[in-house]
Amino acid sequence: MTVTVSPTAAPPPADQARVGLLARPWVRFGARRLGRLVVSLWVLVTASFAMIHLIPGDPVRGALGPTAPAELVEARRQALGLNDPIITQYLDYLRGLVTGDLGTSISSRLPVAEIVAQRLPATLVLAVLAFLAAVVVAIPLGVAMGVLTRRGHGRRTELAFTTTSIVVATIPDFLIGVMLVYVFGVRLGWLPVAGNETAAAYLLPVVSLAIGPAAILARIVRVELVTVLEADFVRTARAKRLPARTIYLRHALPNAVTAALTLGGLLLSAMVAGTVLVENVFAWPGLGSTVVQSILTKDYPVVQAIVLVYGVGVLVVNTLVDLALARLDPRSLIREG
Amino acid sequence: MHGRWRRVLRTPLGLTATVLVVAVLALAVLGPVLWGTGAEAVDTDDILAQPSAEHWAGTDNLGRDILLRVLVAARLSIMLALLAVVISMVVGLLLGSLPFLVGSRFGRLVSAAVNIAVAFPGVLLALFFAVVFGVGATGAVLAIGLAGAPGFARLTQTLVAGVAARDFVAAARIAGVGRVRILFRHVLPNIAEPLVVNATIGAGSALLSFSALSFLGLGVQPPSYDWGRLLYDGIGAIYVNAAAALAPGLAVLLAGLAFNLFGESVAKGLGVDVGTGPHTVHRTARIRPVDRSDRETGGAELEAAPSDLVLDVRDLEVTLPGASGPVRPVRGVTFSVRRGEAVGIVGESGSGKSLTALAITRLVGDEGRVDAARLELLGHDLRAPDTAVRRRMLGTSLAMVFQDPMTSFNPAHRIGGQLAEVAIHHQGMSRRAGLRRAVDRLSAVRIPDAPTRARQYPHQFSGGMRQRAMIGMGLMGTPALIVADEPTTALDVTVQQQVLDLLAAIRAADEVALVLISHDVAVVTEVCDRVMVMYAGRVVEDLPATDLATAALHPYTRALVAAVPDMTTDLAEPLATIPGRPVAPADVPPGCAYADRCPLATARCRDEDPPLVADPRVRPDHRVACWHAGEPLPAGQAGRNTDELVESP
Repeated sequence: MTVTVSPTAAPPPADQARVGLLARPWVRFGARRLGRLVVSLWVLVTASFAMIHLIPGDPVRGALGPTAPAELVEARRQALGLNDPIITQYLDYLRGLVTGDLGTSISSRLPVAEIVAQRLPATLVLAVLAFLAAVVVAIPLGVAMGVLTRRGHGRRTELAFTTTSIVVATIPDFLIGVMLVYVFGVRLGWLPVAGNETAAAYLLPVVSLAIGPAAILARIVRVELVTVLEADFVRTARAKRLPARTIYLRHALPNAVTAALTLGGLLLSAMVAGTVLVENVFAWPGLGSTVVQSILTKDYPVVQAIVLVYGVGVLVVNTLVDLALARLDPRSLIREG
Repeated sequence: MHGRWRRVLRTPLGLTATVLVVAVLALAVLGPVLWGTGAEAVDTDDILAQPSAEHWAGTDNLGRDILLRVLVAARLSIMLALLAVVISMVVGLLLGSLPFLVGSRFGRLVSAAVNIAVAFPGVLLALFFAVVFGVGATGAVLAIGLAGAPGFARLTQTLVAGVAARDFVAAARIAGVGRVRILFRHVLPNIAEPLVVNATIGAGSALLSFSALSFLGLGVQPPSYDWGRLLYDGIGAIYVNAAAALAPGLAVLLAGLAFNLFGESVAKGLGVDVGTGPHTVHRTARIRPVDRSDRETGGAELEAAPSDLVLDVRDLEVTLPGASGPVRPVRGVTFSVRRGEAVGIVGESGSGKSLTALAITRLVGDEGRVDAARLELLGHDLRAPDTAVRRRMLGTSLAMVFQDPMTSFNPAHRIGGQLAEVAIHHQGMSRRAGLRRAVDRLSAVRIPDAPTRARQYPHQFSGGMRQRAMIGMGLMGTPALIVADEPTTALDVTVQQQVLDLLAAIRAADEVALVLISHDVAVVTEVCDRVMVMYAGRVVEDLPATDLATAALHPYTRALVAAVPDMTTDLAEPLATIPGRPVAPADVPPGCAYADRCPLATARCRDEDPPLVADPRVRPDHRVACWHAGEPLPAGQAGRNTDELVESP
């Protein structure tokens, strides 16, 4: 009872600013996360370089076919630098990447960078639109379900919702695409089923890409919201007698969405990859249809570059999600160490 | 084990999935035997035909029956998928247990590589490997198998790490058993179940991925055909014969769903986590209103002038759903609190004191049910449903301080904003004015540099400071009553006193009434005017704090007081404790709930619950519920031999 403590028993955070920029948790976290991105990028670049060398046999002979004259194959090998020592090829590849030179297509002889630049926007638009659609549908749906099935409520609703979302999430995007083509294209004839010339043509590809992730995301948001609604700070918010809307949207939602976002990030990168299939269903003139064509025609420089672009996209998305998460939930900085 | 499997079959989803899996497997075995020749029969007179009685799903460009081809394709589709899963599992197990086998340095490298690989979506990995291994069925099996491996590797790694930390593995290690042997004898058998469940789900995913690759033209090549290849052929002709695309699509879907759902239901039935998050199910109990006519209502004579009463509670009951029927952890609590008065509620954990606090502040969750003959705050009936006006009244005149200030603030918002909310919602202040008021209140609870602190997040505050900020939040309005539930329990001993001093100062300055809930008799005696002792959901004694040490009448209160060591306690002796354990709310006896632990208990105590009444022999503001109130205790009762004592939870 004789102990007296000054009110500033805890170390004041003002000290942190004095130590230097790196002492700030946010900067430290960002630096570490960017470090991981660089390492992953290096692994990715090396893997895409190695791809062409892992192919059994001569990739140029494979691409040009067994009937191509030996001189042509040799000339093309020379042009691609395949006769140089492997380490020189690797350094040339890295140099090319830095200067934006992704090589030349074996079949069309166009610069690969040009092909990628021409195809990338369509894929990007498709992925971003689908992600937005999934989020716009899933968060309100998940919140509504969470509120309806919060502790002590809606046992049947929960079962129905959980079952439906599992089933919907299991259907792969290209099968949803085929079904949508059948219903809206073949039977009803309402919507175009190929290309991206009109605004209406966006509808079916975006929907087939968004449905599965939306179901998963809504399910996660619901589970998280139900958990968060049991948290002490929600009880505090209730003790403040805030209106229900404020409690759900201001106090519960941000904490539920942080966890949902972690998985949402994975969904976004899965969506980037999902474009490959959906593009092939809808003849979408993007990277996905190009990469499949190039694999079939054994145009390896193009495949190499597009796989690299997809990989970079995934890595960048994952990093951005982590950084966004750190902004939304200051605690994740501490949790990461 | 048996019962758990049966539980899988009992859910409608589990049963459907099991039937589907069995059907799909049977089709894979029998399909080619039954329809193998029919599916190859070429009929050039009848190509690309629409569905008809003869060809239920029409014919393809060689006039072959599509339905038969779909049925026959089951074997190849499923075999290839299973093969791919086996590859995923073997490679994944190998990579996943490497860190355990080879130790920290190389192991860390392997797990870092796995972590990088897991970040890439399966389709992308599969494309990469499909290029390396070449287009065709073999390439696709290897591609999908290897693409699935990182996921299995990560799962194995996590599971192995979990088991490796357990005692029996440590014991085996100390006994000199080799790592490989430990892995096979002790670790793998313990993680087999979740691995198998995930492999089942993996089979579904592999099936879908495989059909995806074949659909892209990268998988099975003609003249062989799997479902994906049939879909590839069918989609080109979808305008001519839609069934050619729909039939294989449906087959893929059903089979994929069957494996996935089967895996998920088995996981649920066996309690294996597949990383889909918790699904706790709570059930609301519906409870009949209780008949309160037979309940004793002591303390009626204590009623003060209505204007002086801040809180008035009669016959408060809280009922919660329990494992075997509803339980009633609060059973008829009656008390009132006057302006500026500090009432302490003490009791062991489980005595119902915290639930009482939640009930009088209307914070019992939806699953609980609160009944009371009267429940009034400043003359407002709290039993009536919430209205905006009532919310404002409660929001400004009732403050609540919770036990754990760490979890009681919202981690996602700044402290200042969380305080300001009260003013913004209930006092119509602008955001800016609300924040100004928040800074002012933070200074009022002695938080240094309040303007800076208000802009910080809860995790940047120390525990004591958070609790003061919580009290400051209560002071945003003009509270007439502060209910503090164990406000110092989660704090360091050194800062507990600050928080208690602060509560005392606020009470003195503004005539705020205080209900302080604590298991700590010393804390309550220090701060409060009156002390209520709760036991098994009832108030057993209600007396002035000054009388607690000297004039307590209930044997339980006396035992509680005796259990608190003071300056004269002989530390050579074991500290006094109360023998026996508190009564669980689910099995409260008909008589006095304390009878089993009470040295004075008689037959009457076990049959009749004593009412809480003022004892005529002492002051009128001293109520006690005991048939033997004040009778002398047998010597040394409170400090009986320690080995017959049972710790209360």
